[in-house]
Amino acid sequence: MLRLIKRTWGIILRPSVHYSLGFLTFGGFLMGIVFWGGFNTALEVTNTEAFCTSCHEMSDNVFEELKPTIHYSNRSGVRATCPDCHVPHEWSSKIARKMQASKEVWGKIFGTINTREKFLNHRLSLAQNEWARLEANNSLECRNCHSAESMDITRQSPRAAEAHERFLFTGEKTCISCHKGIAHELPNMGQALLSPSAVHGN
Amino acid sequence: MIMKRLKNSAHIAALVLATLAPAGVAMAQETIATLRAGTPLAENAAPHAIAPVRNTDLRQVRNYPEQPPLIPHKTDGYQIDLNANQCLLCHSRTAIEISQAPMVSITHFMNRDNQFLASVTPRRYFCTQCHVPQAEARPLLENGFVDIDQVLEYVSGQEGN
Repeated sequence: MLRLIKRTWGIILRPSVHYSLGFLTFGGFLMGIVFWGGFNTALEVTNTEAFCTSCHEMSDNVFEELKPTIHYSNRSGVRATCPDCHVPHEWSSKIARKMQASKEVWGKIFGTINTREKFLNHRLSLAQNEWARLEANNSLECRNCHSAESMDITRQSPRAAEAHERFLFTGEKTCISCHKGIAHELPNMGQALLSPSAVHGN
Repeated sequence: MIMKRLKNSAHIAALVLATLAPAGVAMAQETIATLRAGTPLAENAAPHAIAPVRNTDLRQVRNYPEQPPLIPHKTDGYQIDLNANQCLLCHSRTAIEISQAPMVSITHFMNRDNQFLASVTPRRYFCTQCHVPQAEARPLLENGFVDIDQVLEYVSGQEGN
């Protein structure tokens, strides 16, 4: 075993005998493009609404709930698809999230939420995962589209303007602190129902 | 004997109906104002544009003291079900300091035996059963409602005469 490793290492270290430097350089460059391109393409395929809703767990539960909301259909025709909110846009964070998502593949294989009942039982913890993630990154995925700087509160309703002035602009709260349950139904809020931590608005 | 009399009266009724019916139908078509606005029954009228919801956040007048207050804002997509009540996220006792919204009335904490519970009772849980937002739309039918002040004014006016 050790000898095999040593021999391979020796081959790697030895200059090439048959292939020219140009061939190896350009060949390596071209293969790099092919592999990196392929990797990135595959990654982006997993970042589409069609991919997310190809599982019944997503298409029958959360996707159906998204449909009547303003993030799916609205006056200006801009749609936030699943990855817009659930996957960071920046590369390194995206890869980190994708690695976490391998646990979701595990869940898919072993059917953690493969029935409506199982999904409803898990709904609170699933939602809390997302709430915690968005609280931790200061609602990054919201702010990919909605920024406080470009928010014209004079065009908002008085109560929305006041709430944003008091809590958003001061940094006291982040988007998700109040805007829970805007794209999917809320889980059983139990005692949290009467807590002031969540205020609704579209 | 009785049977025969019944039969006769049935005949008469049929005769009366037969003579009156065409006139009645014509009259109904002319005089009964319906929300269909003259569209024949078998056809669908072009729907009205959906009226925008009044979103002023200004409290509206109550037409009588017991009237459930109107909702002065949009409530699109508010979830009110077994899991969550999004109205209470602002209007509950504990939320109003942050939201500055009016708290649900204390009567909503009373059960049917007039005992105050810790939170909103199940029978008062579904807000939109009584509280509704208002649309910026002309009423389809005119409403002749007058409130008690106008009634009193009218009565005192009559007494004055």
